[in-house]
Amino acid sequence: MSAGAVFLWVILPYVAIATFLVGHWWRYRTGQFGWTSGSTQLMERKILGWASPMFHYGALAAVGGHVIGLMVPVAFTDAVGMKENTYRWFAAIAGAVAGAVCVIGLCGLIYRRATNARVRRTTSRTDLVVYALIAALIGLGVWMTFAINLLTSSPYDYRSSMSLWWRSLFTLRPNISAATGANTVYQVHAILAWGFWALFPFSRLVHAWSMPLQYIGRPWILYRSRYAQAGRGR
Amino acid sequence: MKVRAQMSMVMNLDKCIGCHTCSVTCKQVWTNRPGTEYVWFNNVETKPGLGYPKRWEDQEQYRGGWTLDRKGKLKLKGGGKIKKLTSIFANPDLPLIDDYYEPWTYDFETVVNAPLSDIDPVARPHSQLTGKPTEITWGPNWDEGLAGSQETAMDDPLLADMQEQVRMAYEQAFMFFLPRICEHCLNPSCVASCPSGAMYKREEDGIVLVDQDKCRGWRFCVSGCPYKKVYFNHSTGKAEKCTMCFPRIEQGQPTICSETCVGRIRYLGLVLYDADRIEEAASVPDEKDLLDSQISVFLDPDDPEVIAAAREEGIPDDWMEHARRSPVYDLAVRWRVALPLHPEFRTMPMVWYVPPLSPVVSTLELDGYEADPDDIFGAIDSMRIPQQYLANLLSAGDVGVIREVLHKLGAMRAYMRKKEVLGEHDEEIAPQVGMTSAELERMYKLLAIANYEDRYVIPQAHTEQGAEMMKEQGSCGLDFDGGPGNCGAVEAKPASSSPIVPSADDDGFDLIKILQGGKR
Ligand code: SF4
Ligand code: SF4
Repeated sequence: MSAGAVFLWVILPYVAIATFLVGHWWRYRTGQFGWTSGSTQLMERKILGWASPMFHYGALAAVGGHVIGLMVPVAFTDAVGMKENTYRWFAAIAGAVAGAVCVIGLCGLIYRRATNARVRRTTSRTDLVVYALIAALIGLGVWMTFAINLLTSSPYDYRSSMSLWWRSLFTLRPNISAATGANTVYQVHAILAWGFWALFPFSRLVHAWSMPLQYIGRPWILYRSRYAQAGRGR
Repeated sequence: MKVRAQMSMVMNLDKCIGCHTCSVTCKQVWTNRPGTEYVWFNNVETKPGLGYPKRWEDQEQYRGGWTLDRKGKLKLKGGGKIKKLTSIFANPDLPLIDDYYEPWTYDFETVVNAPLSDIDPVARPHSQLTGKPTEITWGPNWDEGLAGSQETAMDDPLLADMQEQVRMAYEQAFMFFLPRICEHCLNPSCVASCPSGAMYKREEDGIVLVDQDKCRGWRFCVSGCPYKKVYFNHSTGKAEKCTMCFPRIEQGQPTICSETCVGRIRYLGLVLYDADRIEEAASVPDEKDLLDSQISVFLDPDDPEVIAAAREEGIPDDWMEHARRSPVYDLAVRWRVALPLHPEFRTMPMVWYVPPLSPVVSTLELDGYEADPDDIFGAIDSMRIPQQYLANLLSAGDVGVIREVLHKLGAMRAYMRKKEVLGEHDEEIAPQVGMTSAELERMYKLLAIANYEDRYVIPQAHTEQGAEMMKEQGSCGLDFDGGPGNCGAVEAKPASSSPIVPSADDDGFDLIKILQGGKR
């Protein structure tokens, strides 16, 4: 087991997870004012009107796909009687649709940011890094879905390689060999993803945690007392 | 009955001279920061005209405010909660910055640094959005004083149902100025539209604020407000709005726009309302009943029952005393000469307008009318500003309401003219408009003389509670990095610790002092 492998498959993940957790704690405590979606819809709304929903819905679906692919062990799908082949087709097709929608949306958003001077001017350096990382991750992800899973006669079995390694990180017994033996594209995708998670709390990606689901059950009008601070409904 | 107090404003359109002092002083205090270049918490628009943002009154376009669903229940015009959450990635009703205008500055450097030459150097306009040279094609008051209105004014939403009547030929043109701030509504659709729960109405004085720490930039408040008085700061990514200068109000001082109003058209005072009745009052089926139902939620500060209930709610006695002397209660409720702006939006706006009467006077003089009540009323019906236009603006299209108000104003003038010019006390005039002579005289004192202490009857916030308040971080609307601050103004801070005053002797213009009412 080389030092390089330990760094890539053990140290990097744990450092990234630690940064992710501590970063969020810090950001939540000190960065409420900067916590925003950073919308530029005021500047341009035509392209954003289709690109942003496509990107976000595609990305949300992809997140769901990752949760299933990484967290659900083969043993579980076997136990509920889902055939390996069924699972694979389901995952590949759903993943391909989500990936395609997401990529088209992302292309629209990048095009918009690059060509619209007003939008470009609001772009921070962190935004650029986030954009680059997201583009690389999604590009690789879609490549994996299409070329290595969907349009091939011998799809790659990530569930008995990358997924094993990923789950092993959380039992604190990292299964390095499961990762070192994996497909290179998957490896690059995973390594870049740690960069993404480490950057997450320090970028505007945090707005993902602000999905305002509490809106559903809340009274329309909110009152607050200047002195008592209690949020009260009508 | 749940008694609450509301700080409310009246503007007397008869006296607005369209000088924009209010807009400029407001901007200096609140929105001279990056990201708010295009933002005017107070703006003054010419009517007829498109307004700021263009055609803001057209809710078929912007979908702000409330409407009734098929069962007659209030719902947001922009859609319910599920619709909002699913369209959160691209708000379908958000105005584009060009609907306001592209903010610009000039490259003064070229003028300052120009070498000696025969030709005068010119400072060219530069967009504050891109930093690039730009053409100025629209602004916050582009059609000021009917400039270019032959091309644009017909797009004024209020003219939609009255094209024929209106002549834009210059000699027959009519216009007046409409200063606008946030209405600090009783039924604020901005608050209802905010998915994050960052917007709220203050229980004590009804001021509507955005919690800058909780706002996540979802932008639904911007589209949800039918008056387009919530703005998106494109630099901070947060929503901002008129704060009714609450640091001043809490000190018993009028807002900056009121304090500096050259025409002395603004009035500030408390009204008491029944918070339990708002939803019901905003849901009356016929839009023309909204004015009456809105007034019906107000409570009489002289009524012993109200006084007892208010005490129970913890409204301080000195506030009740202020409520009794409130010019807003006089103008909007007792005499009913001030009307809400677009009551049909169903947000129950709390900034009221006395409709303009002045053009009648010129008609009177030209046509040789005498100050006879009958003629006054006749003249009012043939005055230059079509009553239908004012009705579309202030009474959901109900011309009768406008006529009634104008008759009262006309009667006041006729009565005072006889008294001042002829030395006669004509007791016949007042009863014709359902008032007494004494009331007409008080109204005259309030509207025409408009003494400072009559215009602004503002109770102080209770600082003994305020001490606790300072510990409560997060309730402050605008005290953030790069924000104008002032949330701490209740506790007299040394000027140097304020984020908005660069140094104490910067240019002798001490904002903190003014905010605290040190100057008037
Ligand atoms: S006018 Fe003010 S209080 Fe009313 S909906 Fe608009 S922003 Fe909210
Ligand atoms: S300062 Fe007063 S008179 Fe001047 S535009 Fe504003 S409201 Fe009208």
